[in-house]
Parts: sequence; structure tokens; C-alpha cells
Amino acid sequence: MTDASTTQTRKLAPARPTWHVVLVRPETMTFFLLIFGLVGASYLSPFFLDMNYILRSFTLTAEMSIVALVLTMVVISGEIDLSPAANMALSACIFAWVQDAGVPMPLSVIVGLLAGLAMGALNAFMSIRMQLPSIIVTIGTLIFFRGLAQVLAGDRSIRVPDSFIGINTVMVVGIPLPVVIFFIVAIILGLVLGATVIGRQIYQIGTNQEAALHAGINAKRIKVGLFLVLGLVSAAAGMMAASRLGSVRYDLVLGGELQMVLMAMLGGTYIFGGRGTILGTFLAAWLLVIASTGMTVANLLPAIQLTVLGILLIVAIIATNFIYARTQR
Amino acid sequence: MMEGLPMLIEARGISKQFGGVDVLSDVDLDLHAGEIHALLGENGAGKSTFAKILAGIHRPTRGKLRLNGQPVDVSSPIAAQKLGIALIHQEPISFPDLSVAENIVMGRQAGGLLSRVPWAKIIADARRYLDMLGVSLDVTRPMRGLSIANQQMVEIARSLASDSKLIIMDEPTAPLTPREVDTLFNIARRLREEGRTIIFISHRLEEVRMLCDRVTIFRDGAHIATQTIDSISDDEIIKLMIGRTLKKYMRKHMAAIGETALEVSNLSLPGAFEDVSFTLRRGEIIGLGGLVGAGRTDVARALFGVAPAASGQISIGGVGATINKPSEAIELGLSFVPEDRAGHGIFSTLSVEHNLTAAIPNLIAPSGFISRKREHGISSQAVDDLSIRLASLRQPIVELSGGNQQKAILARWLLTEPKILILDEPTRGIDIGVKAEFYDMIGDLAEAGRAILLISSELPELLSLCDRILVMSEGRITAEFPRETATQESIMQAAVPRTGMAA
Amino acid sequence: MTLLRSIFLRREAGILVMIVIFCAVVGLYKPQFLTGQSLRIVLLLTPLIMIGAMAQMLVLIARHVDLSIGSMLGFSAMVVGLMYREYPDIYWLLGFPVAILTGAVLGLGNGLLVTLFRLPSIIVTLGTLSLYRGLTFIISDARQINRSVIPTELKVMSRTSPIFDVPWIILIAFAIALMTFVIARHTQLGRQTYALGSNPEAAPLRGIDVTKVTLIVFTLAGALSGLAGILYASRWGFVNPSNTGAGFEFQVIAAVVIGGVSINGGVGTVMGTVLGVLLLGCVAAALPLLGIPGSTQNAIYGAVILIALLIDRSVRQRGAISMSRTTS
Repeated sequence: MTDASTTQTRKLAPARPTWHVVLVRPETMTFFLLIFGLVGASYLSPFFLDMNYILRSFTLTAEMSIVALVLTMVVISGEIDLSPAANMALSACIFAWVQDAGVPMPLSVIVGLLAGLAMGALNAFMSIRMQLPSIIVTIGTLIFFRGLAQVLAGDRSIRVPDSFIGINTVMVVGIPLPVVIFFIVAIILGLVLGATVIGRQIYQIGTNQEAALHAGINAKRIKVGLFLVLGLVSAAAGMMAASRLGSVRYDLVLGGELQMVLMAMLGGTYIFGGRGTILGTFLAAWLLVIASTGMTVANLLPAIQLTVLGILLIVAIIATNFIYARTQR
Repeated sequence: MMEGLPMLIEARGISKQFGGVDVLSDVDLDLHAGEIHALLGENGAGKSTFAKILAGIHRPTRGKLRLNGQPVDVSSPIAAQKLGIALIHQEPISFPDLSVAENIVMGRQAGGLLSRVPWAKIIADARRYLDMLGVSLDVTRPMRGLSIANQQMVEIARSLASDSKLIIMDEPTAPLTPREVDTLFNIARRLREEGRTIIFISHRLEEVRMLCDRVTIFRDGAHIATQTIDSISDDEIIKLMIGRTLKKYMRKHMAAIGETALEVSNLSLPGAFEDVSFTLRRGEIIGLGGLVGAGRTDVARALFGVAPAASGQISIGGVGATINKPSEAIELGLSFVPEDRAGHGIFSTLSVEHNLTAAIPNLIAPSGFISRKREHGISSQAVDDLSIRLASLRQPIVELSGGNQQKAILARWLLTEPKILILDEPTRGIDIGVKAEFYDMIGDLAEAGRAILLISSELPELLSLCDRILVMSEGRITAEFPRETATQESIMQAAVPRTGMAA
Repeated sequence: MTLLRSIFLRREAGILVMIVIFCAVVGLYKPQFLTGQSLRIVLLLTPLIMIGAMAQMLVLIARHVDLSIGSMLGFSAMVVGLMYREYPDIYWLLGFPVAILTGAVLGLGNGLLVTLFRLPSIIVTLGTLSLYRGLTFIISDARQINRSVIPTELKVMSRTSPIFDVPWIILIAFAIALMTFVIARHTQLGRQTYALGSNPEAAPLRGIDVTKVTLIVFTLAGALSGLAGILYASRWGFVNPSNTGAGFEFQVIAAVVIGGVSINGGVGTVMGTVLGVLLLGCVAAALPLLGIPGSTQNAIYGAVILIALLIDRSVRQRGAISMSRTTS
């Protein structure tokens, strides 16, 4: 056969130019949609150019957005969790119920957080330890947690003490506290995902779990950790919502899982794992706020908003798949 | 005996390229109706690829096929089925949740989607075909859980159901007991009486001699010879299988061999390997030869903790060790470059940089945060050291050629400064030029004092690199040769399985 | 009889046993649970879920999932309701083909998104769940369709019966179950669906037109949801854009998971699903009798799903171990 000097070596694929790498990715799509949305929305109403208005609108979905950030990490690792919204409701109900029964506030908060942690642990146990598909497990826990909230709270609203209410009225340099928390969580998680070893390993696990195992990465432990953190953060978010609303009902953020998944998908998270960023989900959260507020201001019925959300989800996933397929080679 | 039999298949000039590499070149072959024909050759010699072309799984890059004198284009597995060509895979495909009877007929029923399923007929037909094969199975039971032998029987029944004239069996006897092999052979003979043609791909020369009428030997993608089985001896067959002009690659330096690095005693994992023992010393390169499926990768995976052994002892540097997961192995100074680069090695969509540093998290993030500067520095150094050709460290590793991807994986593990390096088929699917680079690298690694276990199916590779060569066959170590006395023939002899059917 | 067949038989038998035990236990406390009247109540709770479960079962067997079944039900019901309102003199039976066709179109939409764009059905149907629900609001102007609008003949279907005092609506549900059984077991479509779910990679190699089968399965699921939609109007007498079909997915998934349908595809029987639906019906009927508030329903469904999944996993693990020892 041929010897080394005449062997046809494969032509090296030229590296994509830097601008290509930086710009051609789902987050750019999100960013442009965001700008487009802002511009479009400001035509609908001059309010939009008022930063305060935008920030105040964001507080309404700040809690879900925070959870969506953690959910993004879970999806990047190759799993999915549809139960965080139900978790929020159940933790909030447990918290409210406990402190209504006379338990002092700090302890009630801890109980609420522990409840969320326990729910995350249930998801982790069934998905990772029992190796059941996380999609069906978390559909089951979604129903279960929401059902438990219904059992606990029934049809009534459990009030929350006045001292606890009003987290959204607390301002930090003119920005409502929930939004500040959202920023802080985004920065922390962005750092973890982008600059720490664990973050790197999450991407590796989601890209190829077998290869990760072969590289000595403890995939199971990391995934369990992610479910636990998601459970904990969902509980905290639930209690934040309780503070904002002043009371808790079982149907808190009913259907919220849709919005969280939508945020992750719009932000360019790949449903099969291995790709996605905190930045993307962060931008998508803002995009959704602009979209829903814009629709409200334009007097679009909630019905239409729901429809638009559904369409957005489908379009987002088509676009994400398309972009990722193109850059896969 | 052969004269007067009509020609079933005439292949002329069949060639196949995968990614620029010639896997088959210019193969001419004739197959008669009513014969059992063996295809022999080393791993990667091209026999499987040729069979897959006949079965419609691959399309030839060049060449023509005639079936019963008519030119044909076997464009897909379905087309092959319609032409009467059936392939029995090494690992039989089936629908595990459907019944045996359904698996036999699936895809062959007439009528549209709403047509009735003729259960009585399906079951009766399935029973009939299995009876023809002399196999008694409950045809209404699901495929799941059937032994491999029975799964094969079902696929053969399928080929009968579609009245296949050419039945290709790809290494069918490896997972079978002697009795099951007996059954299979009787069936093959009966099929031959009916005027069908069987292609039998196997490494087991004894079986080939018992069963086949003619043999064709492949080597390096070319058709070397076709003979009737009576007119060629086993030794001649083996010679033809491996008789390339050996490019004399000689290792540059002989390393000084030091103290024991790894000692393995009576390592066993039922179903994979049994009673494996050997010693590996610093500066030494030990080769582990044998055929695919002999259990070599299983031993490596056991040593590295991916699939730990059930019993036996491992000691590293003289100290006993239990290795239950890869992180433990890494801590003890082991590294493992796996055989399946795409499946177990690379993170395809991640950058070369991310892939290189995957096993050294502590080095790139001493403070907990990843230092891009450090990572870049370490990666660039590694790329230089191993001459990895790439456009940018940031590009996805999947864009690199196979050889460079392999270098990257090797680089990943070298960064952990391993004392013991296990390489599983490190040069498979790599261009010749890069192979030579790899050989140099491996030699240098040994010289630097590392202990290397080299698993390879390429005999010249083993002969030129290793100080000692162990050969595994069917889960056991069957031979050990020091470099001076090892030859390609002796390794192959030790690698070829004995089915216990001799004489 | 091989080990595997006894496992399969065990599944349906197991559910039956659970039903018997449950009813016996409840009957001990409240003997009126075991009367014919009570059976009637149980059955009346189930027809919609029965039909929805048949739809979901087919989709799951093909190794997909459809979360939009409730929304398809709601939309179809609303279309029919609007038809009755705008055309009060229209022949009431026309509602059936309209509902079924509407559902089929929605289902086809799901199928096209999954096959044309190769998108995972879980996300697609999560999207269409909202999309179809939103469309329901839009076409109805967010207003409910009242009792007065729904034709009496339709409403009466849930009360009167041709045979043994069994209302039409229950008969229809069982007829659908029977039809699904025939499709699943006795048509090429059914067998190819099982094959597709059992081994999607092998399916094209065995001559199965994956796109066609997938489209048909989703369309069928939509059509059945449409039927469930008009039967909702029959059963409850009204159609409400936010409630009709909401939460339907939960009950349906609980039923099919109990019934032994696997999320991995290729596994599931009509008998098992029917028994799963009946078990849920018994539980739902027993709750008010035992004084347990209806608000516990969802918690029970959720717990049931999780328990069924765990049981499946341990059975499969034990089965796998014993299977590796059979030589058959």
C-alpha cells in the first residue's frame, strides 16, 4: 500500500472564525429577540422605556426565573425536572401552614427549605438511584407535590404574617429585591457553570456520560446534587412568592413548569444535554417578561398570551435544534 | 463437485472507502449456489465490510455485483431482503417486546396498515420454519430473554421465510455452546442441500474446516485467495491472512525495566474473563493480543474500575488495591485510553481544550476557579508535545481527524502523569503516518519509566513495540511470548479459539 | 409456560388483585361501596379517562409521549360547543364527527412537529398543551358554553342506556377500548407501532415506514381526544375554556402507568390500561364515601404513578436477573 509520504491526510477543517463562534449561537438569537421585543413593545406603550416599569414587571416572574436558572443546569447535565413549580407551591404551603400554626418565623423558613430539599431528594432517588427516566419521574412528582399542596391547603389561602410580606417592595439601589436576587443567583450560577470544575463537568456529563465516567468524573453524585439544589432553590423561590403575594394557595405558579422550560429552551439550552448557558436563560427570562407585559399592555387576553407562549416554545426548540445541528458537523 | 453449480453472486472490482481510507480495494469474488463459503481474515481485513455490501448496509464506492447473472444494486437492507439476501448479525437485531413469530414475519406482510394480522397463519408459519431448523421454541413468547443461539435461529428462520438464497452469518459461533454449534452446522448443511448459499465469517479454523466448501482470505482490504477447503492447510491459511511484507518498524531504544508497577492475580469476571494473571514493570511494554471478544477490553475496564472484576487481586507498586471506580484508579496512577473513542473517549461538541484537561481538574483550577491561562498553557504544551494538528484549541474536538482525536485522548491521560498506562487499540482507524508517530510516543513513554499495557489486534504493532506479548482467547490467557520468540503465526495460533470440537 | 409470559400475565392479574383488595377493604368499612349503584358511579367516573388512556397508550407504545391530550379535548369540546351555539338547529349527532375531526387535526399537528422537525415529543406536546389551550380561549372569547346550548340528546347519553342500565357514554368508552385492542393486536398498524417502540433503530431495517406510523399514532390520539371532548359535553353539560380537559393528562398518565405501559415503548396492553383506569375509578369513587376530601385526588394519582414506576423497576431488575439464568 502507500507509504507515509504519499498518504492522503485529511484536510483539516478550518476553525470557525472567532466572530462566528461568539455570535452564531442560540444566545444571540435570544438577545436579538429581546431587543426586537423591547423595540416592538415600546411602540405599544411608552411605559416600556421606563426602566422602573420593566423592573416592576419582572418581579412578577422573578421567582420562576430564578428556578429556571437552576433548571438550566439540570437540563445541561442531561436530565429534566418538570416538578419545580409544584415544589414551589408545596414548600410555600408547608411554610405558611407551619408558621400559621405558631412556629417562629426562622424555623418555619427552615422547614420550608427542608421540604424543598426532600422533594429534590425524591426526584434524585428515583431518577438517579433507581435509574428511571427523569421525564416520567418528574411528571409523577409534579402531580404528587401539587396534590399534596392541595391536601394541605385545600381551597383556602393561608396568610403570611405582615412582617414577612413585601419582599418585592424592598428596593436595593432602586431595584426591587427579587430582581436583585435574580441577578445575584444568575451571576453565581453563571460563574459556577462557566468557571468552575463542577460546571465544566456538568457540560461533560451532559455531552457524553460514558466518556465522563471514563474520565473519572462522578456523574451520579453531581446529578444528585443538582436535583437537591433545584429542590432547595424551588422552596426558597416559593417562599419569596409567598412574601410577594401575602398569602399562599395550592395553585401557586400552576403550570409554571411550562414557563421555566420555555425560559431554558428560549435561552438556547439543548434538551438532550451538553449545551446551554446561564446567560441564555437570563436573557430569555427578560424576553418573556417583555413579551408577556407587552401582550398585557396591548390588551391581549391571557388566552392569547398562553397561545403565544406555546408557539414560542415550539419555535424556540426548532431554532435551537437547527442551530446545534448546523454547528455539529 | 463445484462444477456445474450455477453462479449466484459475481462481484467485480468492489471497493469501499470510509472517510478517505480504503477499507476494500478491488475485490473480485464468485459465489456458487449451494455452497458454504468462508470469509477469513484479521480484524479490519475487509470481510465484514464486503458482507455488509452484499447485505445492502453499505454501498460500494466502486464495483459491480451480479445476482443470477443479472446486474443488481443492493441499495438498502430491504432491497437485499427482496433480492433474497439475508444477514445474520453477530448481535442479532430484533424487536425484544414482540413475539418470536412476529419477529420472523415483520416487514414481510402484504396489505396496508389496516389489514388484519393473520395470527393463526403467522404462528403456524413460524412453527414450520423453526421445525425445519429443528429448533423447538415457543413462538408466542417475546424475544426478550432468548439466548443468543435462539435469537440467531429466529433470524435464520426469518431468512427462510423470505426464501433467501444467500445467507450471511457474521461470526455466529462465538457465543454458542458446542451443542448449539452442532445444531447450527446441521442447519447450514441442510440449507445448502436446498441450493442456498451460506457465507460463513469466522476466525475458528476448525469450524471452517468442518463446515465449509471453499474459503476466501482477505487481507488489508484486498482479496488474497479463494480455495477449496481441502486444498489448503491451516498454516497456509494463517500465512495468507497475515503475510504482509512487514515494514520493519523497530523501537528506537530498549528501556531499562524497573520494579513491578502492576501485578494482577487470578482476576475473574464471569462472562468476560477468567483467571487472568500477569505482572507489568516500569519501563516495560506488555502487549495483550487476541481477537475481538477475547476479553481484553474487559480486563482493562476491570483494572480501571469501569466494570470491576468479581474476584482476584490487583496490586499497584507492591501494595494491594481495590479499584471500584475510575477516580480510584486514576489516584493510583492508572490511565486508560479506551477503544471506543467516540463513545467513551471524546466529548464531541466540546472544545479540544476542554477535552484535554478533562482528567486534571485540580491542575487547571487550583483555587476552585478555572484559570483560563493555565488551561491554555497546559493545553498548548500538550498539543505541541504530541504534535496534534488542529486549527484552534477552541474548536470542537469532533472536527479533528481520527488520529488527532486519539492523540488528544492520549494527551489527556498523559497530563495525569500516570505510572501505568493502558492503551486499547490506540492506532485503530488512524492513518499510517500518524501511526508511526504513535509508535514513537509509546516507546518514549516506556523509556520515561511508565509501565504500558498495549491491547492491540494488529500483530506487527505488537511485535515491534512490546517486550512481552500475552495472548487472550475466550477470556483466558493462552500464551505468553517474550519479544525474541514471538511471531505473527504463534500469536494468531494462540488467539484463535478452540471450540472443543477437535477431531 | 415460560418465565416471561408469567410475568406478563402477572401484571394484569396484579392490577385485578389490587382492585379486588381495594374494594374489599373499602367495602368492609362502607358496605354500600359494593352495590351495583356504586359500580355505576365508578364506571361513570371513567369513560373520559378510558378514552384518553387509549390515546396515550398508543403514543407511549410508539416511544413518544403526548402531554397535550387535555388541551386537545378542551379545544374539540369548545369547537363542538360553539357549533351548537351558532347553529342551534343542527343535527346533534354531527357533533361527533366534528369533534373527532378537530382532534385529529390537532393530533396531526403534533405528529408533524415531531416527524418533520425531529423534535422530542415531550417538549412539542408541552408547547401544544399551551398552544391548544390558548386557542380554546381565543375561539370562545373566554366565555363558557352553557348547559342550555348543549343538545339534550347529547346530555342524555350519559344517563340513559340501551342495555342493562349502562349509559351510552360508558358503552362508547368500552367500545373504544375494544377498538384499540383490535388495532393494537390485530392490525399491521398496531404491530408496527409496537415494533417501532421496541427498537426504533431496527424498524426501518424491517420495512416499517417510521414517519407514517408516527403520524398516524399522533393523529389517532388527537381523534380520540376529540371524542373525549364531545363526551365531556355530554357528561357535564357545559364546556369551559379553562377547566375542560385541564388536569386530564394527570389522570390519564396515572392510569396508563398503573396499567403497565412503559415509557420506553413497545410494552403495554389494553387490558392492563383498562384495569388501570378501573382502579383509579374505584379510588375516586371511594374517596367521598370514606369522607376523604376530593382535594386528595391528585396527591393519590401522583403517589400511584411513583409507586407503579418503582414496582416496575424492581420487577424488571428481578426479572432481568432470573432471565439471565434461563437457557431456554
